[in-house]
Order: sequence, then structure tokens, then C-alpha cells
Amino acid sequence: MPENIVIIGAGQAGAQALQSLRAEGFDGPITMVGEEAYPPYQRPPLSKAYLLGKFERARLFLKADAYYAEAGCELILNSLAVGLDRAQCRVELSDGRKLAYDKLLLVTGARVRRLKCPGAELAGVHYLKTIADVDGLQTEFLAGKRIAIVGGGYIGLEVAAVGAKRGLDVTVFEAMDRLMARAVSPELSAFYTSEHRRAGVKIKLGTGVEAIEGEGKVERVIAGGQSYGADLVLVGIGVIPCQELAAKAGLGCDDGIVVDQHARTGDPHIWAAGDCTRHVGREGHALRLECVQNAIDQAKHAALSMVGKDKIYREVPWFWSDQYDLKLQIAGLARPTDRLVLRGDPKSRKFAVFHLRDAAVAAVEAVNAAPEYMIGKKLIGDGRKIAPETLADLSIPMKQMA
Amino acid sequence: MSVFSQPAKYKVIYIEAGGQSHTVEVAEGWSLMEGAVKHLIPGIDADCGGACACATCQVYVAPGWEAKLPPISEMEATMLDFAPDVRPNSRLSCQLRMRAELDGIVLNLPKAQHV
Repeated sequence: MPENIVIIGAGQAGAQALQSLRAEGFDGPITMVGEEAYPPYQRPPLSKAYLLGKFERARLFLKADAYYAEAGCELILNSLAVGLDRAQCRVELSDGRKLAYDKLLLVTGARVRRLKCPGAELAGVHYLKTIADVDGLQTEFLAGKRIAIVGGGYIGLEVAAVGAKRGLDVTVFEAMDRLMARAVSPELSAFYTSEHRRAGVKIKLGTGVEAIEGEGKVERVIAGGQSYGADLVLVGIGVIPCQELAAKAGLGCDDGIVVDQHARTGDPHIWAAGDCTRHVGREGHALRLECVQNAIDQAKHAALSMVGKDKIYREVPWFWSDQYDLKLQIAGLARPTDRLVLRGDPKSRKFAVFHLRDAAVAAVEAVNAAPEYMIGKKLIGDGRKIAPETLADLSIPMKQMA
Repeated sequence: MSVFSQPAKYKVIYIEAGGQSHTVEVAEGWSLMEGAVKHLIPGIDADCGGACACATCQVYVAPGWEAKLPPISEMEATMLDFAPDVRPNSRLSCQLRMRAELDGIVLNLPKAQHV
């Protein structure tokens, strides 16, 4: 019998792992288990073009339906892995089925952090993570409606931008003193605050939501001691790694399933990749990344390791966000102590912020500035020192810095 | 869904760097990147799924077809600058939408999408 692989999770990382396992020559049986009703699909468009209604559902799917059969992968959907018996190398599914594995890949992803305040369970309170979430939100996401968005991160702000475009009355409540505080520099936060306000979105900073009130459904939001009328609420306050299966089975977990630079867990038969993991990053620190890049690259490395071709995962992380006509592209991981260098004028709506650490570029945030992003990413990977004056000088094309 | 609501489909010929040719149908309005990915054509990575954020869906447009394509946006041009082995007929296939005039378009694929 050839050895078999079971993949728990059917998201971006799962699809990538399947593709990479086959590309690397693994020819044993593969079974992929997904909790949702759908085969692997792209999540990024959910809060952007798909919510706007400009992107039909069929386009979300990462592969053609026929792919899984052709790739020799049994896809089990609408099914949750509820138990992991490491001694027996067996996974138990919610329908009672037991799957034996020789090698197991956990790509269980993350789930939304839920709001805990009074009224959080009222009808009209939405989250955005899955196709089903967006389809539910769509029924109320209508021109003229008042939407209260809890959380000024990527999800909240992308929904705010789509809402403003669709003619909703949008208010964003952010508990921190600036937008996207966890993800971008204060310079970017200030720029995006003014862009959203210009589009008619009300931004309430330093304002946590204390309660949601209404008779059976959302009627108002209480935030910062004030009452705001609202017809619906969208909560975007981050995600939590889905690590319960691993934790219950005794695998190391620490706000994420702990893996090494080859996506290996402490069990020689089990790997993990994507949003659900905590791994040692290229800078030597343990971290958790929630992004497409990590799903793809870590899954590739897991697949390599599973077929015995270990390769150290040290790709530069990258992220993007579309809000209005602004394309934000970020590479690298910034720290508050980085020296910031501005290239271009934010007023031109085309600029970049470089983060320098030990005289080398550690991160770049580029708004409508693809060269700055692409070359910045390369500079981060190279780790080469570069003068801040050079980076800031618009008369020197980025290409010359590569 | 009635057959009348199905979008029209047109032919695209993708040719891998090794010469292997794939003729597939792509629905009107879909990108030529999506056409490749959904039909399992090897040679298009499209890591970002079509957001023009990764430059991993480069194609070489066969002679005669370039004029029928929309002009290259500044974003596409700058992203393309950093793709491997860029040629004058290079495009990012995520930025090309299928329509009737492109029926039969021939796209050659690069050896690799990552530098």
C-alpha cells in the first residue's frame, strides 16, 4: 500500500498543499476534509468585489470542480474533524467517520473573533469570513441602510469602502486610536482615515462598542457612551487560530499550532500550515501570519517536507488591501522602532513608507505604488543596506535600487 | 438557471513553455488568468487571485492579438516590470477580460512565474 495523506481544512493552504504534493511527485491517495459546503475558494474578494456584486461566486473557486478527482483527491465537504488519535494515526469526523493517515496536514485556518458585548447575538449582526457570511450580509447591505462597523482593520475598512460605494450610511468604530493599528504605520492610518472620511464614511477612533440594542434586531449601537442608530452591524475584530483539534491531541499550541521552519509539528507524522500556525519567521521570532502569502508559501513548504524535500521557509510576507481606488501593498513586517522614510506625497494618493531597521529595508507599505512595493520586497529579501535619502528621492527610479 | 443566462464562452489557446498546447473555453468577463487556473493549465501561478498584487500570471501574447487587448494600465506595467523574463508582448493575464474579439487568442506561458 502506498502511504496516504489526509489534509484537514479546505482553504487556500489546503488547495496549495494538494497542488504542491502532486507537483512534487507524491502519488498516494489524498483526502481533503472541509468544514464548509464549498471546495477551496479565495477569501480576499469576499470583502471586496464579491460583496460589491461585481464578482460571481463561480469565480471564487481556486480550482475547477473536476480538479480534485483528476488530482486523485477525495474531497469531503460539510465535515469537521472532531478528534485526532495520534497513536492510531486516525482522524475522526463529525459524521462519525474515521480516516486513517500515514501523514496528516492541518490547514484548519482561523475563525472570526466574536463580539462579546450585550446585544451581540441580535439579528443583523454580521461577520465576514465565508461565502455564507457574505451572502447573509448581502440581504441587508442595501443603499440607504445604516451600517455600524465594529473594528477598523482590513475587513472593516474594505466593507466600509464597498458600503460607501453602494450608498450605505457607514460608521466605523475603532477602539484603538488609529485605523489598522496592528497592520500599518501611523502615517498610513492617518492617510486612510482622511480617505474614508472624504468618501463620507464616519470614523470614530478610540471608541469601543459597549452594546448593541434593539427589539429582536439591531436598532442602535452604544459606543463611547453615545447611541448611534444602526440597521445592521458588521464585526471585524480579528481571527483566532483553529487549533482545538491539535491541542486536544497534545500537539504544541501557543496561539496557533506550533510548527518549525519546515511546517512540522512535534509529531513526525503531522504538519500544519497557514493561518492556524505559529511558526518561526525569517527574523527568528515566533509569529502567526494571517494572509494568502503565508497560506501559499507555508503550504508549499509543508508539501516539500512531507515528500522528504525539506526547505527552510523564509519568504518575505506580503499583504494587500483594496479600498476605493487605492491599492495598498505591504511587504515585510514592521516594528514600532523602525525608522520611517516617506517616498512620494500622500496628497498625490501614490506614495510609499519604507521601514528601515539596521539601515536595511525591513518593510514597505505602498499605496498605488507597485514599483516601491516590488523593489521594496526584493530589498527586504536581500537585506542590503540602503541610504534613506536614496529611498526618498523620487528622481531616482526604484528600478535602479534593485 | 436557464441556458440563456449563461455567459458566452470563447476559445483561448494556452501554450506551455515546453510547447504543450491547451485549448479551453473561457466565459465572457472572466480574466484570462482565471481561464487558465480553472482549466488547470500549468504555468500560471496567480498567487493573489487576480488583484494585480503579485505578478505571477504573466503571459506572452501571440502576434496579431496585442492590438485587440486593452492598453496596459500603469499598475500592470509596473508590476510586469518585476516579473521574470519580460518581453514586449508580456501581459498580466489577470488584467485581460474575455470578450468576443478575443475568441481564439493564443497565449504563450513563461517557464516560471517566480523570479
